[in-house]
Amino acid sequence: MNVLVCVKRVPMVGARIVLSPDAREIDVRQLGFTMSPHEECAVEEAVRIVEQRGGAVTVLTLGPPEASEQLRDAASIGATQLVHLVTDGREWDPISTAEAIVSAVRTREETQGPYDLILFGNEAADSGGYQVGIRVAQALGRSSISGIKQLAIGEGVLEARREYRGGDELYDIPLPCVISVKEGINLPRYPSLPGRMRAKKLAIEEIPVAWREGPLRIERLRVPEEPRERAEVLGGVDGVPALVALFEQWGIVS
Amino acid sequence: MTTNQPSSTNDLPADVERTYERLGIPDAERTSRGAPARAVIIGAGIVGNSLAYHLARLGWRDLVLVDKGPMPNPGGSTGHASNFIFPVDYSKMMTELTADSTAQYKELGVFIESGGIEVARTEARSQELRRRMVAAKAWGIPCEMLSPEGVAKLVPYVDTSVIIEGLYFPTVGVVDSLRAGTLMRERAQEMGALEVRANTEILGIELTDDGERVRTVRTSSGAIDTDVIAVCCGVWSPKIAKMAGASIPLTPIVHQMISVGPIPLFADTVGEIVYPIIRDMDTNMYERQHGGDIEVGSYAHRPIIVNPEEIPSIEESALSPTEMPFTQDDFDPQLQDALELMPELLGDERVGVRYAINGLISMTPDGHPLLGETPEVKGLWSVAASWIKEGPGIARAVAEWMNGDVPGIDLHEADVARFYDHQRTRLHVTARARESFNKMYGVVHPAEQWESLRPTRLSPVYERERDLGAFFYETMGWERPYWYASNEGLLKKFAGRVMEREAEWESRWWSPIINAEHLAMREACGLTDLSAFVVMDITGPGALSSLQHLAVAQLDVPIGRVVYTSLLDERGGFKSDLTIMRLGHDHFRVVTGAHTGMTEKKWFVDHLPSDGSAQLSDLTSSWATFGLWGPRARDILAKCTTDDISHEGFPFATCRTIELAGVRVLASRISYIGELGWEIYVPVEEGAKVWDAIFTAGQEHGLVPVGIGVYATTGRLEKGYRALGSELTADFTIVEAGMARPAVKKQDFIGREAYLAQRDEIAVAHLCTLTVNDHRSSSGVARYMLGGEPIVSLDGERLVDEKGRPSYVTSAGSGPSLGKHILLSYLPTSYAEVGRQLMVEYMGDNFPVTVDVVGSTPLFDPENSRVRS
Repeated sequence: MNVLVCVKRVPMVGARIVLSPDAREIDVRQLGFTMSPHEECAVEEAVRIVEQRGGAVTVLTLGPPEASEQLRDAASIGATQLVHLVTDGREWDPISTAEAIVSAVRTREETQGPYDLILFGNEAADSGGYQVGIRVAQALGRSSISGIKQLAIGEGVLEARREYRGGDELYDIPLPCVISVKEGINLPRYPSLPGRMRAKKLAIEEIPVAWREGPLRIERLRVPEEPRERAEVLGGVDGVPALVALFEQWGIVS
Repeated sequence: MTTNQPSSTNDLPADVERTYERLGIPDAERTSRGAPARAVIIGAGIVGNSLAYHLARLGWRDLVLVDKGPMPNPGGSTGHASNFIFPVDYSKMMTELTADSTAQYKELGVFIESGGIEVARTEARSQELRRRMVAAKAWGIPCEMLSPEGVAKLVPYVDTSVIIEGLYFPTVGVVDSLRAGTLMRERAQEMGALEVRANTEILGIELTDDGERVRTVRTSSGAIDTDVIAVCCGVWSPKIAKMAGASIPLTPIVHQMISVGPIPLFADTVGEIVYPIIRDMDTNMYERQHGGDIEVGSYAHRPIIVNPEEIPSIEESALSPTEMPFTQDDFDPQLQDALELMPELLGDERVGVRYAINGLISMTPDGHPLLGETPEVKGLWSVAASWIKEGPGIARAVAEWMNGDVPGIDLHEADVARFYDHQRTRLHVTARARESFNKMYGVVHPAEQWESLRPTRLSPVYERERDLGAFFYETMGWERPYWYASNEGLLKKFAGRVMEREAEWESRWWSPIINAEHLAMREACGLTDLSAFVVMDITGPGALSSLQHLAVAQLDVPIGRVVYTSLLDERGGFKSDLTIMRLGHDHFRVVTGAHTGMTEKKWFVDHLPSDGSAQLSDLTSSWATFGLWGPRARDILAKCTTDDISHEGFPFATCRTIELAGVRVLASRISYIGELGWEIYVPVEEGAKVWDAIFTAGQEHGLVPVGIGVYATTGRLEKGYRALGSELTADFTIVEAGMARPAVKKQDFIGREAYLAQRDEIAVAHLCTLTVNDHRSSSGVARYMLGGEPIVSLDGERLVDEKGRPSYVTSAGSGPSLGKHILLSYLPTSYAEVGRQLMVEYMGDNFPVTVDVVGSTPLFDPENSRVRS
């Protein structure tokens, strides 16, 4: 199996998200970066498939030079080929992103043969566009499905399951195809030290890509109003009556 | 800043109002003002919690402990500490603080003894481990050298092929610092002494109307009136202190740590740790078991400095404010080192990096904690820059200090008042933190000099000194010549007497030229630049009584007298040791060393009369100081002045303004190196002129420039003169130091009662001068001790006096006039006898020494005829 996983570098935020003054970006000055959690699962899934069936895991990202960190993170848990579509740091819209990925996929497939499976995370953790996977599938003329929480590879076919309104939907999809997976599909492994060392040495194929303005723009981000919760410390032994009163109020004890 | 703002409850400072707005504090709470607190402790990490407990134990009530975060882990550095304790440090203070902390952790039941091993990969490190072993011996800490196989016996996952040997400390252990903090906080609460306010942010600190002391802390849960604030905020401390207009000079810096697991070997071990902790000294890393994981920490990565103002809030942080995002690139080189040392354990493909942080820790310009009342604001105490291993000990000692007692552990080296203004700048703090970060496990020579931010403070003759080839040491920012390359020719002249050093270690940061300068000075004359001296004038009708209250010596002396005196703490330990000149009826000039000047200044300022009848002016920047000493000093000075400088006309221990080369200078006839001569105080702008005049006049008399190497070490030690911080510490007394005078002045002074009692007791230790009989080590190289080494009996046993104080070398250096290497050490009374044969342990060998003097009689010129000639 030849599996391609597409990942995006996103900020690792805490409980409160701070925006830039123009509210178009997250203020990342104090933040670390990661790949989106759904994508971590996609990488893990790809590695597991290849561990079982042989083949290669290629991980691709479109992002600033620093996004190589996320490629190496993927490599440290088992990805063996890394492709970096290097941008100037500006945010690309889903249409341009999909175009750039499709172009890279076509070029690589011409020389290295087709990818049996292309995996995406269900949506990026920062922009949440939910689009790139479907757009790539459509452009390549391959079947696609999103929101997948279980995968199994059969002969020329892929079995997928997703949750829908309290039930499960089961699909058989012909390979090659494009799948967007959701967190929960697996528990990604932690990188081992030897894995980390291998990742460090792995070459990254860097392809500079010129900024393409797409029709979709982020005009403004808004942080939802958090309810102002205030904790009251009931104290140690002295707090017991207050605690009992609360339990009674909640109907836990009577 | 909210200093000096009106504090009527309805009239909040604008910035406080804005912060309330941001936090959405209801109006009623904004103006609420709880009961006044005896003290407000800010920060509920290991230090704040311990401090609350110790203050409560001392009887303090109405304490309030405030933290921005939740209990029990509010998100400071305590929460991510690796929590292990190695008991040894080259600093006696740090070793004692660690020992006391360990005892407290044990008492709380949160200490697990695991043992710990410092491993050496290089020959230089092997030597360093031997030096550490000597420090451990001096402080009575058990340790032993292990072969690689010995290391592997205790820690089977260490690859023996990459290490040369290891130094095993069986008493190393790990603690649960969060649990310890919780227990101490709860104990204080149980005593009814403490109110805890979690999730409460400090908004501002207001001062009294005169701007001198704290009055009110504004918090997000209302204002608290208090006279005492303890800033225990670790990496946030500078920010909080700034609210009151004070400075706590530390910077947050990143310490990277990863946790790797699950380790199959640890699957069956019980408890948090079974295997000894490894410190891989040469790679600046440590590896320690933590349950099923192994933690790998590093001080090897590039220094990553964070501005205290830019630490993210709790809400903005992915983990916690002090667990910042891990920067993998910085850690990658260390992975290789860790894998090399523990290939099987860490090379296991099944174990993963489960946790990785850029943890924030505090670093200070000199590596020591920042303790005590800030010199800027009364009632504002700094209890910052503590590791887990010192926290409870620091808290106990500072609580005693806050209580008006003398701390049980001498904290002078950690006094937050020790810094000069330039050291309080962000530039200085970050430059020094950056420079010292990678030396955390470094092989650091005791005389090693800083490289960053030099030069900073310059004497008016700096260029001349540089042109003379001065080798500069830095002391509190001052560039001070230690020796002069221009004196290299003296090496030939004094060949055979300059006590060359064979071993690289002792010849590092040293030159035989120092000893040649010494001999030239004793033979003819030397000119020494002492411009780093701190000069403070105390004036006004209350000056005499104010100083009398501090000084042991009688200060009601004729105008023009120079008094050498100690200052004591209430328990009779040394607080200071300096000279005071009486320049007028109400005018005294205090002169002291740069190293301790600022803490001494605070001591004087704190004891000025409250009625304003005396003032202190710091004139350090006004006066350059030169020392002219040697048998020819008078001849040389006579060529520059027509004033009477004869022995009769200008007796020893007097001072007077004289005209020197057209400049009115203050000359003071004293000497710290035991020669005829003067300290000459010159207005800075005329310093170069006076230096030139003396230098020129001295040429025909054999005058040479002489560096601080002579002044502070060789000249001083030959005379047995004691140095503050080395011989004179809070742990020993005037009597033990051999400095008691026949009579005690009748006026009261701090420590007088204790001093009188000490005089009546039979001293259990005496400061002695020893010389080394034979310098040959077991490998046949001559070795010269540098200080800090234990004095041992002929059968190799440590010497400890009846009060539990060990004998160690307080100062060491060449005595070129005697041709001997001199050591000062306190010895138990039973060993303190002239001619007694003992040994000094150094670098793994024992060297025979002789006790030459008990007390303060100089080895050189015992009658002091030279200074009085």
